[in-house]
Amino acid sequence: MYQTTYHRASSVDEAASLFAKSSEAKFLSGGQTLLPVMKQRLAGPSDVIDLAKIKDMIGVEASGDTLTIKAATPHYDVASSDAAKKAIPALAYLASLIGDPAVRYRGTIGGSIANNDPAADYPASLLALDATVKTNKRSIAAADFFKGLFTTALEDGEIITAVSFPVPAKAGYSKMPHPASRFALTGVFVAQTKSGEVRVAATGASQNGVMRVPAIEAALKANWSPAAIDSVSIPASGLLADIHGSAEYRANLVKVMAQRAVAAAG
Amino acid sequence: MGVEGIGARVVRKEDKRFITGKGRYVDDIKLTGMTHAYFIRSPHAHAKVKGIDSSAALKMPGVVAVLTGKQLVDDKVGNLICGWAITSKDGSPMKMGAWPAMAPETVRFVGQAVAVVIAESKNLARDAAEVVVVDYEELPAVADMHAAIKAGAPQLHPEAPGNQVYDWVIGDESATDAAFAKAANVVKLDVTNNRLAPNAMEPRAAIADYDAAEEHFTLYTTSQNPHVARLVLSAFYNIAPEHKLRVIAPDVGGGFGSKIFIYPEEMVALWASKKVGRPVKWTGDRTEAFLTDAHGRDHITHAEMAFDANNKIIGLKVKTYANFGAYMSLFSSSVPTYLYATLLSGQYNIPAIHAEVIGVYTNTTPVDAYRGAGRPEASYLIERLMETAARQLNVDPAQLRRTNFITQFPHQTPVIMAYDTGDFNASLDAAMKAIDYAGFPARKAKAKADGKLRGIGVSCYIEACGIAPSKAVGSLGAGVGLWESAEVRVNPVGTIEILTGSHSHGQGHETTFCQLVAERLGVPISQVSIVHGDTDKVQFGMGTYGSRSAAVGLTAILKAMEKMESKAKKIAAHALEASEGDIVIENGEFKVAGTDKAIAFPMVALAAYTAHNLPDGMEPGLKESAFYDPTNFTFPAGAYICELEVDPGTGKTSFVNFVAADDFGRLINPMIVEGQVHGGLVQGIGQALLEHAIYDANGQPVTASFMDYAMPRADDVPSFNLSHTTTLCPGNPLGIKGCGEAGAIGASAAVINAITDAIGKNNLEMPATPDRVWRTIHAA
Ligand SMILES: Cc1cc2nc3c(=O)[nH]c(=O)nc-3n(C[C@H](O)[C@H](O)[C@H](O)COP(=O)(O)OP(=O)(O)OC[C@H]3O[C@@H](n4cnc5c(N)ncnc54)[C@H](O)[C@@H]3O)c2cc1C
Repeated sequence: MYQTTYHRASSVDEAASLFAKSSEAKFLSGGQTLLPVMKQRLAGPSDVIDLAKIKDMIGVEASGDTLTIKAATPHYDVASSDAAKKAIPALAYLASLIGDPAVRYRGTIGGSIANNDPAADYPASLLALDATVKTNKRSIAAADFFKGLFTTALEDGEIITAVSFPVPAKAGYSKMPHPASRFALTGVFVAQTKSGEVRVAATGASQNGVMRVPAIEAALKANWSPAAIDSVSIPASGLLADIHGSAEYRANLVKVMAQRAVAAAG
Repeated sequence: MGVEGIGARVVRKEDKRFITGKGRYVDDIKLTGMTHAYFIRSPHAHAKVKGIDSSAALKMPGVVAVLTGKQLVDDKVGNLICGWAITSKDGSPMKMGAWPAMAPETVRFVGQAVAVVIAESKNLARDAAEVVVVDYEELPAVADMHAAIKAGAPQLHPEAPGNQVYDWVIGDESATDAAFAKAANVVKLDVTNNRLAPNAMEPRAAIADYDAAEEHFTLYTTSQNPHVARLVLSAFYNIAPEHKLRVIAPDVGGGFGSKIFIYPEEMVALWASKKVGRPVKWTGDRTEAFLTDAHGRDHITHAEMAFDANNKIIGLKVKTYANFGAYMSLFSSSVPTYLYATLLSGQYNIPAIHAEVIGVYTNTTPVDAYRGAGRPEASYLIERLMETAARQLNVDPAQLRRTNFITQFPHQTPVIMAYDTGDFNASLDAAMKAIDYAGFPARKAKAKADGKLRGIGVSCYIEACGIAPSKAVGSLGAGVGLWESAEVRVNPVGTIEILTGSHSHGQGHETTFCQLVAERLGVPISQVSIVHGDTDKVQFGMGTYGSRSAAVGLTAILKAMEKMESKAKKIAAHALEASEGDIVIENGEFKVAGTDKAIAFPMVALAAYTAHNLPDGMEPGLKESAFYDPTNFTFPAGAYICELEVDPGTGKTSFVNFVAADDFGRLINPMIVEGQVHGGLVQGIGQALLEHAIYDANGQPVTASFMDYAMPRADDVPSFNLSHTTTLCPGNPLGIKGCGEAGAIGASAAVINAITDAIGKNNLEMPATPDRVWRTIHAA
């Protein structure tokens, strides 16, 4: 690791002003992505501004038809939150599948979506549930937030403070884990909103990061059942391929995971 | 068996220190004035090193020196050696490409060191390494074995035309051809044995400390065999003569073979310590482990098995290509030859075998012994062939094995090995009973109704352990003898120190070796300590690998114990005024048989050291040593059966049951044996389902971190159902065969046989990733 200066911010405003004062600062949340990258010397921020101790940024709250997860809430807290389990059990379940226990105790939703790894789990839920990303400057719809591999709508120095999820009528998540990293080789989140809209998002599959799957949405709109997806064909073109999964295999997984997510959603 | 004697499930003595974080590994050691090394490694698989400019680095804070491969060669540090000479079928010796510890001119794999920065801290060394400019001229590289032996392929070493190390044969070719000519059926199979990265939990590390006044070196290193390290460093690398070099291997966090070998980093640390006049420490990180620890396996094989009309095997032909990587590592040459082809008879009566092994250089990390070393490759091949044959001949796979089992011992195979004893039917019976083999068809049908593909797979392995009779291995080309040595030191108060040439890096010797002493003397194991891993303390040793520590190392201790006991009995007889022949040892006392006359063992020890009243002419003291050279290999064997389900939608495998019935001869500590089997099985399953060290066509490693290289984790493997069917090994007095590698040798074939049974297709390579299995299921 290169030399760096560590700051522990006590408020979002303080974090923002520390960032503005530093030459090349990085926000630190769970550190599960940033610290390995720094240890490998692939990143060398002048300053590291820790958000994980800011009280306003931690917690899970349900009010009315919205579940809000504050940005520095670790995956473990989401997985074990009664509010999350009651409002959107599929989301709590998704959090319980991330990485391993050590990663879940540290890694946070804010860090995950800011990083926008194409195989991360949360982005699929944000897109399928039509969530809103709250920052210290604005609100961004999930559809506008994710901009391809490791790229988001965040501006330099902008801090995610929370994500709010509309509570759906039904939702389910199914994931085929990458055998080494346990990220999603492919994961599919299906949701039926309270207004009857069907939204399906797949992570780990596309070369452009998390994506909606219109063909499956159409099939489920007509008939909300795993069997409805039987006849859908997912093209392999544009899908990721690596030593653990060919593009054809991922195309198959998009379909199979969607079917299992629907079965889980009930 | 006493509560702590042979056969007792004694809790491991060493675990208190490991569990409480008090283990002392090389990286825990800090010497006064110690500097830190950081290696500059090639990013290219094949390149000329045209120049190294370290001027900027030398001006960086805390930098002590930047040393290059050229300086190392100029200082006449010897090239790395391969200690087992193999002769090709045309009579020519194997073709050795020169391997200097840092490359002066040419790099041949990604990660090969070209220079080292020595600085006041690891971080400062790393900072400086970033500004060392290495001018490389890239050369075409080849990572694939088949590509490497094609005409026109990039050439690695001028010494090895066509990238061929050797073309070696074993067995009787004409007898084998004759068997095939009269065969009723021939079964053919192509298999790949995937390359693995060993990944011991503790990465390699070394601290070298040169004492200029004494012209003496001390090396702390992560070694499975510190005396062998000293021997090789002295005899071949011009580091220092043996009496001027002390090698200490303290607590070592796993080896699996990868810490047998002498690596460039240890040599460079020693050389650099003398150059800079201060201790030099290097601790590898995980990426360096992936890039530079010797890999394992990596065979491509075509095999054919001939059967007569009664399904008896009459012949076996094997042709194997073995990938050695860019250089010949210390024992690499023996792995696909004498440790592989000599086991091709498996548990079966095969009258004629012929095998050809072609060793190949590629621009990849060197390959050497890894848990099982050659025997997993042989066992996987034979057991896949047996399963394939059963399918082709339409007979039950267990029955086909029984039809061909060796049942008379000793049994001379056509490939050197003479099996001393075994009962292969007994282990197969035990495994079939444990898994309810007869009930499988009903379970398969039920699984099918639930949408799952269920399969069962058998693997009957045999291995050669207790490595090895020195004369035999010498005649086959080994550069060393493979005996073991031990010393028993009884202190005047009757406590006992056992000094052993075996090295424990997870095996539990500090417990099992004490159990032998407890068994013989009836003293508690708390009175016994095991000393190992230091060339200044232990007289000599060949170290731990090849499941040899109990069969060879413990037998050496037994021999030394017998000498010590014999002298102690003389002292006791003298003190008790009895005849030596009447003395028996019971519960820590030396007794006159049939009387109540006794003297406690500590009193015998004290008498030996006070020397006030010893028999006439007896030397004082109570300390004996022994060297033990085995008379044969030992032959652990067993039957593994795996039952699993495949999800046809994803190709994912889930275990239902895994049973292992092993014959290890006598067990010293069944709990430790179970731990060894569990670990081995997990490595075998890891190879079958998850692990694969992959290079792209240009020799760039694709799997150099745990984010890409899939190590098995607890939730990837089932709970194991273990049992033992025992035939005592006649070759050593304790009847021990060894248990360290069996699981890794037998497991992978059981898994692949079960998956191919489940999916109804025979051709499936390891690792059977979900993608591969899914594509095989849905292939036309
Ligand atoms: C072994 C391992 C396995 C994993 N497995 C999975 C998995 O299965 N599924 C999965 O989805 N993820 C997985 N992860 C990722 C992990 O769960 C985290 O979500 C991820 O590392 C980022 O979250 P973090 O809180 O650790 O962020 P950090 O590492 O602290 O930060 C990541 C990036 O986000 C920025 N950032 C952080 N917080 C904010 C904020 N509030 N506003 C703006 N920018 C911010 C940082 O500056 C940095 O650039 C795994 C990670 C590891 C190490």
